[in-house]
Amino acid sequence: MARIEAEVGKPQGGFVTWIDDRFPMTSTLKYHVTEYYASKNFNIWYVFGVLAFVVLAIQLLTGIFLTMNYKPSAADAFASVEYIMRDVEWGWLIRYMHSTGASFFFIVVYLHMYRAMLYGSYKKPRELIWLIGMLIFLVLMAEAFAGYLLPWGQMSYWGAQVIISLFGAIPWVGDALVEIIRGDYSISDITLNRFFALHVVLLPLALIALVFVHIVALHEVGSNNPDGIEIKKNKDASGKPLDGIAFHPYHTSKDLVAIIVFLMIFSAVVFFAPDMGGYFLEHANFEPANLTATPEHIAPVWYFTPFYAILRAVPDKLWGFILFVTAVLLPVFLPWLDRSRVRSIRYRGWIYKSALAVFTVTFFMLGWLGTMPADGLYVLMARIFSVLYFAFFLLMPYYTAIDKTKPVPERVVYHG
Amino acid sequence: MDKFKKVAALMLLGMCFSAAAAMAAGGGMHMEKADIDPGNVSSLQRGARNFMNYCAGCHSAQYVRYKTIGKDLDLSEEQLIDNLMFNADKTYETIQASMPSADAGRWYGVTPPDLSLMVRAKGADYVFNFLKGFYVSKDSPTGVNNLVLAGTSMPHVLWELQGYQTASFSTHENKDGSVTTTFEGFETLSAGSMDAEDYGEFVRDTVNFLAFISEPIRSDRRKLGVWVLMFLIFFYILASMLKKQIWKDVK
Repeated sequence: MARIEAEVGKPQGGFVTWIDDRFPMTSTLKYHVTEYYASKNFNIWYVFGVLAFVVLAIQLLTGIFLTMNYKPSAADAFASVEYIMRDVEWGWLIRYMHSTGASFFFIVVYLHMYRAMLYGSYKKPRELIWLIGMLIFLVLMAEAFAGYLLPWGQMSYWGAQVIISLFGAIPWVGDALVEIIRGDYSISDITLNRFFALHVVLLPLALIALVFVHIVALHEVGSNNPDGIEIKKNKDASGKPLDGIAFHPYHTSKDLVAIIVFLMIFSAVVFFAPDMGGYFLEHANFEPANLTATPEHIAPVWYFTPFYAILRAVPDKLWGFILFVTAVLLPVFLPWLDRSRVRSIRYRGWIYKSALAVFTVTFFMLGWLGTMPADGLYVLMARIFSVLYFAFFLLMPYYTAIDKTKPVPERVVYHG
Repeated sequence: MDKFKKVAALMLLGMCFSAAAAMAAGGGMHMEKADIDPGNVSSLQRGARNFMNYCAGCHSAQYVRYKTIGKDLDLSEEQLIDNLMFNADKTYETIQASMPSADAGRWYGVTPPDLSLMVRAKGADYVFNFLKGFYVSKDSPTGVNNLVLAGTSMPHVLWELQGYQTASFSTHENKDGSVTTTFEGFETLSAGSMDAEDYGEFVRDTVNFLAFISEPIRSDRRKLGVWVLMFLIFFYILASMLKKQIWKDVK
């Protein structure tokens, strides 16, 4: 301010200076982009954060255009989706991008979270980034769940029926809570309207805000890397980390390649297999919601099935619900469950490597079991894998403490 | 080094395992493959004719416009009006059943379902086997039952073409006393105007058309997809070159 007043009437430099005197543009760009240093040895696991951002952009953009033609009412919703698919110019592409984007959001977010487990990215000093990330994951689940009701197909309706009724298992307040969520005595036009409001306003706003905070927190402490080494420990004379390279143009040019590869896979699904064999768009959802006919086999979309399998593995409704919620929330505590002295899997012992391998198979198996009917052998398998899922987290303080680690090098491993 | 590759391999293994298990668990009742050819326009045209003559009396296809059919099946407006539009005047109209749905509900107990999305919901094989699966049954008010959808309210509309057939079942008593019924085969009771092979083709064309109306954009999106992927490959080459150039000085 002082400078502006002092130099009134004199040449003050270009447009950028004019902005910079009034808004921290250049300094922000430097801090977050051109002088944000991240390790040069990032591998493929480090692209999923950027990809999650790309998918968020796709979902927001396509979502806006879908909203222009979608009718949030029990009478018109299903027909309006078919109207978008058949009569709206390019409506089919926008809708397939949005439905495929929903599944890809979870694919990249799961891989992004898995990266943190591989390289100990949640460990000190990045616990808060992890916590914000878990909050993003929970909001994303709510967003996907609300969005899935909107086409008002058979699976939209009955899937929501099953999941919402879970809250009824909570003692004392369960029934009242279910009524509050539905806004009615059963899932109805009212439920659809409030889910629409949540899906297009509240939850996307929360997502955007949380993603912003996630990145601010990340840039405060700096990115981890596949070696789990603090690159800020080795700086040159100018204070730039020796193993770090600027986010722009180095990581951006690399991320661009990753984004294009991602778009190839994404487009392959959108243009050649938008149903993904009934996993991305469930067959039963091409029938309008019918309140009098329950589909013989109700399964949530694939990204919820690992947790759904845990829910069904428990014979008691309340305990099933408790374990279901616990399974979703357990990763929140990873920064404190993991007692290992090293971050990266590269320098961990065989115990953690085996545990993570078993956990990986467990997660896939639970995901598959969640799509299968809950009877006979499937229930037994779901129980075994549920135990393994919980064991991975609950036993972690013990096995990571006794696991023999290898010495961590001073500088990151990079082969050029 | 590259422990992550091992983990990635394990993940892939897990995925393959799940996929294989999912496939092994599928199946259930044996279904004949519909084996439709979405690129065969004359098959789709025959299917459209079959649909309008035999299905559209009772079933609507309320999301499908006649002009969409005309455009993708190479039919002129005159051809549409003369051959397919029995209860509509304008080609932008959607396909409505001739039978009032209130009457349908009274006559059959249920309103015949809309067929716009039947193939997407149930699969081409399901509809194919359903249309070939009617057999004579004394217990049913329509005189027929169906192998695919037991207890269906739909009469055997295509009886003039297929004729009537009976189904033979064998029963097998399990160790626990429950009885498993297995379908053995069909036997012709009275011949229709078509032999089995021609009827199979007739149904195949019809199912092909139903698959088409369940997603009319299908062939367009696949064509566009090739161009999109070609563009992305080109873009990928440029981006890789750019990345290489920028990363030259990273040691």
